[in-house]
Amino acid sequence: MTLNDRITKFLYIITLTFLTLTGFAQMPIFKRYRIADIPGLGWLAEFYVTHSMHYIFAILLIGLAFYVCVDYFSDRKKEKRPTSQMYAKAVMISGLIITGALLVFKNLPGTPPYSPLIVSMLNLLHLTFCMLLLFYSLIILIIKKYLVQKTINDSDLLSEKKSYFQE
Amino acid sequence: MRPEITRRAFLKGSVIAACSIASTSSVARAAAAIKTGEPIATLIDISRCTGCEECVHACKEVNADKYPKPAKPFPKMYPKSVKVEDWSDKTDATERLTPYNWLYIQSATVDINGEKKELTIPRRCMHCTNPPCVKLCPWGASIQLDNGISRIDSDICLGGAKCQTVCPWLIPQRQTGVGLYLDILPAFAGNGVMYKCDRCYNRMARGEIPACIKICPENVQTIGPRDEILKQAHDLAASMNGYIYGEKENGGTNTFYVSPVPFDKLNESIEKGKGQPHLASVENSMATGDKLAMAMLVAPVAGVMGAAVRFYSMSKKRMIK
Ligand code: SF4
Ligand code: SF4
Ligand code: SF4
Repeated sequence: MTLNDRITKFLYIITLTFLTLTGFAQMPIFKRYRIADIPGLGWLAEFYVTHSMHYIFAILLIGLAFYVCVDYFSDRKKEKRPTSQMYAKAVMISGLIITGALLVFKNLPGTPPYSPLIVSMLNLLHLTFCMLLLFYSLIILIIKKYLVQKTINDSDLLSEKKSYFQE
Repeated sequence: MRPEITRRAFLKGSVIAACSIASTSSVARAAAAIKTGEPIATLIDISRCTGCEECVHACKEVNADKYPKPAKPFPKMYPKSVKVEDWSDKTDATERLTPYNWLYIQSATVDINGEKKELTIPRRCMHCTNPPCVKLCPWGASIQLDNGISRIDSDICLGGAKCQTVCPWLIPQRQTGVGLYLDILPAFAGNGVMYKCDRCYNRMARGEIPACIKICPENVQTIGPRDEILKQAHDLAASMNGYIYGEKENGGTNTFYVSPVPFDKLNESIEKGKGQPHLASVENSMATGDKLAMAMLVAPVAGVMGAAVRFYSMSKKRMIK
């Protein structure tokens, strides 16, 4: 992994973690479930703090998404075609960004009022994209770990067997 | 606080009948403005209010059918620290805002030209121009209408009280045991419905002015197009060498209080607490979010530029090699 990839990945993980936390904090749950009572987590119940943080990390995610896309297609060394995993993640992240952008637009002063149905649907969709992305990333991580581990184990086993027969 | 001869008797039959006493020409003018659907604001001339509470009772009467009718016992809520908020046995309370009282009279004792005077101030939702209670409601239960009214849809609200927390005056009030949360996961999410002044949206939709404005024997409130009402507020403030509250507060509201004494003096004197809002100056709650939203527009450009810079430097390196 190049330094560029490493930095991008680190930023992506930090951004996604804080976006998820501050996103959930837009619902009045951290106070109810006393998570905000845990020392150091009081800010999770401060709606204006988490709202601003969510916007700041959204700015990072959008910037990062554009950076990664343009970088991917402009880097001639990468001759590989995008994998299905990349496509899936791109759809989920785009979904997050589009529903999020519509919600940000709603929050601007002077925007014509959205109907309650549209607001709740947008919020639910935004939440769904977030959950899908998290679960998908988790499953990919597990599969990768498992497959890599298995390959290593298999190759270990193979070399062991080989050495056994060679003896 | 209430004068000896009150006009409560008129309320017995119908508020509308009693309201006919109110100045008809101004009512007609306001009603015409309401029909156009443009932002509507109210002017509250504190110097005229006698604290008779006619407005409070008129509000209760015309909005009675919107009040919560909770079923008891309330479902258990988890964790146990979640508190029930029940006003259903105190529906007559008028000393503060409650789910059954959307308007109340605050009083302040102030010094005017060396004379101690009691001023009374009708308090309710300010109907902010960019209302955080509406913008930050996660379920779209709190809505703003074209005419500047903000209201909470009691069929959708889950009673999480975020609107109350983000309101600079903590206006919305909760009643447990009613609403949509009962049909979802009453033990784990929601806690009833939030209630507040809806500026008589249903009356206004019919071209009628809000009950509290119509009933007032002193014509304390004036309603009309925001620009016009704001001008009137400035003229009135200038005529009494007075002060305005609500024009700049929270980035602007659709309620302008005009007082002969500074609002920080009033704020020192009034009783403040739960359901008893302050009169302190308020910064625009949504300002940071709005600025960040603008910064969001720059994010894609920054991302593309970052990639372009990297592409350029990599190409250069390759050429050197
Ligand atoms: S606003 Fe009018 S009706 Fe209400 S208390 Fe004051 S004088 Fe009475
Ligand atoms: S005063 Fe509070 S409840 Fe009323 S519109 Fe403003 S933020 Fe909402
Ligand atoms: S405008 Fe209507 S709902 Fe609001 S305080 Fe007056 S009477 Fe009550």
